[in-house]
Amino acid sequence: MLELKNLSVGYDGRYVIRDVNLSFEPGMIYTIIGKNGSGKSTLLKSCSGLLKPKVGSVLLDGKALSQYPANQRAQKVSYLSQSTSTPNITVERLMAHARFPHLSYPKKLQREDINIIYRALGDMRAQCFVHDSLRELSGGERQRVYLAMQLAQDTDILLLDEPTTYLDIEYQLSLMKLLQKLKAQGKTVIMVLHDLEQALKYSDRIIVIDAGKEIHTGTPEEILNSGILKKVFHVDVRRSEYCFE
Amino acid sequence: MHDGVKAMKFWQSFLRSNYAIFFSSVLVLILAIGVSACVGVVMYTPAEVFQMPDILRYIRLPRVMAAVFAGAGFAGAGVIIQTLLGNYLAGPNIIGVNSGAGFMTLIAALVFPLVPQLQPLAAFVGALFSVMLIYLLSRQAGTSKMTILLSGVVLNCLLNAASEALCTFFPDAHMSYAAFRVGGLSTVQTSVLYPASILIAILFLIVQCRANTLELLSLGDETAFSLGVPVKKYRLLFLVCAAGMAGAAVSFAGLIGFLGLIVPHGARLVVGDEIKKLFPLSVLWGCLLLLVCDTVARTAFAPFELSVGIVISMIGAPIFIRMLLKRKVG
Repeated sequence: MLELKNLSVGYDGRYVIRDVNLSFEPGMIYTIIGKNGSGKSTLLKSCSGLLKPKVGSVLLDGKALSQYPANQRAQKVSYLSQSTSTPNITVERLMAHARFPHLSYPKKLQREDINIIYRALGDMRAQCFVHDSLRELSGGERQRVYLAMQLAQDTDILLLDEPTTYLDIEYQLSLMKLLQKLKAQGKTVIMVLHDLEQALKYSDRIIVIDAGKEIHTGTPEEILNSGILKKVFHVDVRRSEYCFE
Repeated sequence: MHDGVKAMKFWQSFLRSNYAIFFSSVLVLILAIGVSACVGVVMYTPAEVFQMPDILRYIRLPRVMAAVFAGAGFAGAGVIIQTLLGNYLAGPNIIGVNSGAGFMTLIAALVFPLVPQLQPLAAFVGALFSVMLIYLLSRQAGTSKMTILLSGVVLNCLLNAASEALCTFFPDAHMSYAAFRVGGLSTVQTSVLYPASILIAILFLIVQCRANTLELLSLGDETAFSLGVPVKKYRLLFLVCAAGMAGAAVSFAGLIGFLGLIVPHGARLVVGDEIKKLFPLSVLWGCLLLLVCDTVARTAFAPFELSVGIVISMIGAPIFIRMLLKRKVG
């Protein structure tokens, strides 16, 4: 279980998020929403340990996240960045790195690791790229490979910053279904999404950061009824009869 | 018949794999070492050169060894720095590693003019100093790769200006510095060459053993962190290795900068960014290029010698441009 206790994080003496208390239970999907610059990514990065708390702490199973050795942390928490780089290496090679935290030196893949890698590629329907260079893939294809890489890291807690970026609607929906499957396996999914509809439809809890950097949490139903979405996004939210399946 | 088909398949896959490139590069390097040892102001046949152990031991071999290890040092440092900074324009000569070495050499020449043996050590200290300064600066200003590159470029300007200023105020220092700055292997001292070569070899092995980690860092700090790499620790380790390789090479070969920039690019066109292959192939090609250029430098206009830095630019730049164009067309 991941907990944020009185957490304040910021850059250069300026706080971006202030005094946040949240706990993330296993087997749940949490989605952080808010306007541009509200601190969604900052909140997610502090959950991953990338940003150190200025005040307060991030606890993983009761122990401060920063106290974990790097590879032990990486066995439990994975983070998909919004900006990934594209070195000229094959997808197969990139996927091998996903097992890095689980292997001791010299990091030789075992049969089990290879099975996990191919299962993850299959989940993202990316097996066909396995011998291609990352450079040759389109933005959406590359995103699917990076998502597969995160799946292959096989952690209890998955942090995803805008995972649907570049993805066609077909792959967006299959990603959401996959996340629900992971949730059923008892994993915790915490993500930042721009698409309110998907956020409300697939999450168990919504975390809204409003203009005053205050944080509101609740089930999608509670958030929908509270009127907070209108206050933050200045739009009316109605239930729609259209849906993509 | 069955065996014949099998053998043919084996050779086909071997030729297509990267092993063929490595194998042929090693073969060409061995050949080049042999040729380089035989040619010079006086030409020998291989049989003759072995009958003159003193010439081989004290003149030809140190020179060959110097070219091989300096090439390895510059090219290796180039790969590490380009990978760490995620910028193919970076190189030990761009981010001030070489100019740090040059500046300290000048200081050593000024303060201890009678102890030239100190200069190599000073070069190494200067390279390390540059790297540490860039690292600390970037830690203060935020650790983005662009910050590191920019602080390196600024540091490079500053150190070059400082060296020029010292040369203006103390004309005596100018002579040794001028030769050092162009770079060359004509005055290699074995007392410097041997320890520096051992250092380059050790650092090569360290980086090669940690090639996976260096490759993870090339995925970006956030991804590397998520995959459990202690990013700051390893970035520092690799920067120190790069400074060591470049500094050790500068200490006996002077400021041959261009090599560290172009050789990794050439290797990258063939094997991509996979560090496990890119690093050793760049090092191999660095050895080969510097050895060939140095051999040309000392034989083309014998008994006069060209500076190897000039030859590298003359040979390297057209090859490099051709490679770039070929890639674009392909």
